[in-house]
Amino acid sequence: MSTGQEGPGGGGPRFGVVVFPGSNCDRDCVHVLRHVLGYPTEFVWHEEEDLSGFDVVVLPGGFSYGDYLRPGAVAATSPVVRALRRFARAGGLVLGICNGFQVLLEAGLLPGVLLRNRDATFRCAWVHLRVERTDTPFTALYAPGEVVRMPIAHGDGRYTAPWEVLEDLERAGQVVFRYVDRDGRTVPEANPNGSCHHIAGLKNPQGNVLGLMPHPERCSEAVLGGEDGLRLFQSVELWWRRDRAAGPERAHRALDLQDSGVGRRR
Amino acid sequence: MTKRVRVVVFLKPGVLDAQGQAVETGLRALGFQAFEVRVGKAFELTVPEEGWRERLRELCDRFLTNPLVEEYEWYEVEEAKAR
Repeated sequence: MSTGQEGPGGGGPRFGVVVFPGSNCDRDCVHVLRHVLGYPTEFVWHEEEDLSGFDVVVLPGGFSYGDYLRPGAVAATSPVVRALRRFARAGGLVLGICNGFQVLLEAGLLPGVLLRNRDATFRCAWVHLRVERTDTPFTALYAPGEVVRMPIAHGDGRYTAPWEVLEDLERAGQVVFRYVDRDGRTVPEANPNGSCHHIAGLKNPQGNVLGLMPHPERCSEAVLGGEDGLRLFQSVELWWRRDRAAGPERAHRALDLQDSGVGRRR
Repeated sequence: MTKRVRVVVFLKPGVLDAQGQAVETGLRALGFQAFEVRVGKAFELTVPEEGWRERLRELCDRFLTNPLVEEYEWYEVEEAKAR
C-alpha cells in the first residue's frame, strides 16, 4: 500500500475528481487522494470530454448547478457525464459521493432516485454503516458485515426505487452500505433520511460504479474524527495493483454494460 | 409557429412528500384546516408547434421530471407577453 510519502505524480491509481459549478467537496477529495494517500490526482472540469487518462473518476459532493430542477439532474447532462458513460462501459472505476451519487442516478448509471429526507431537514451527522459487500473494487479492505462510522451531510438522501427494482438490487447483492446502529442492526432510528431498505450505498451489477451518500473523504484522517473512509480509497489501490498484475487484457477489458432498462433514462 | 405551455409536476401518489408535510404542519400551526398537502412545481416554456405534443412528452420524460417518482400534466397558456 501507499506509504503516504509519495507526492503528486507518485504511485497508485490515477484519480480524476470532477468539478461541476457548485461542487464543494472536490478539494476535500483531492486533498485525501493526493496528500494523504499520495495518488496522482487531478481536477477535471465538467466540460472535459476525455477521461482516458484516469483509472478512477470521482464525482464529489456539493450542490452542482445549485441543485436546480432535481439534485444531480443538470449535471447529468454535462459533457463530462457523457464521457463518464463511455469510461464506465470500458471498465473504468466511478465513485459518486453524496451529490455525485445523485448525479449517477440521474445519469442512469445506477437505478433509483434520492428524494428529500423523510423529515425535510438537512442532516449533518456521523452515522454507522454496515459494509454489505467486500468483493468490490471499493471495499476489499473492509471485513464482511463490518460496522464503520462516516459523516453524512445532505438534504436529499432518501433512496427510493420501485419495489421490483429494490428486489432486483437485493437479489443481485448491489447494496454495498446500509445505515445501521452501532451494533449493526437496521433499526428505524439508525436510518437518517428514510431510505428504502436503509440503503446508503449502491453498486452497479459489474461493480465498477459505486454511489454513496456518506462522505469517506471526510473521515480519512484521525484529526477529523475518524479514518474509516480511508480504506475505501486504499481498496481501490489494491484492486488497481491486482488488476495491473493480471495483465493488460484484463486491465482493459470492456465491461458488458447492457441497458437493463432499469433506471437508465438518457 | 410556437406553443406556450405550462407543465405541472407532482410526486406520484404514495411517494412521501416531505415538503408537503412541512407545509401542512405550518398551516396547522397558523390554525388553518388543511389536509394532504402536496407540493409540486411548474414550468412554462415555448416550443415549436410542429409535433409539439411528442417533443414535450419527450423532454418531460427525459429531463423535466423523473418518471420513477414524478407525474406531470400540461396545458396551453397564452403566448408570453414581451418580458
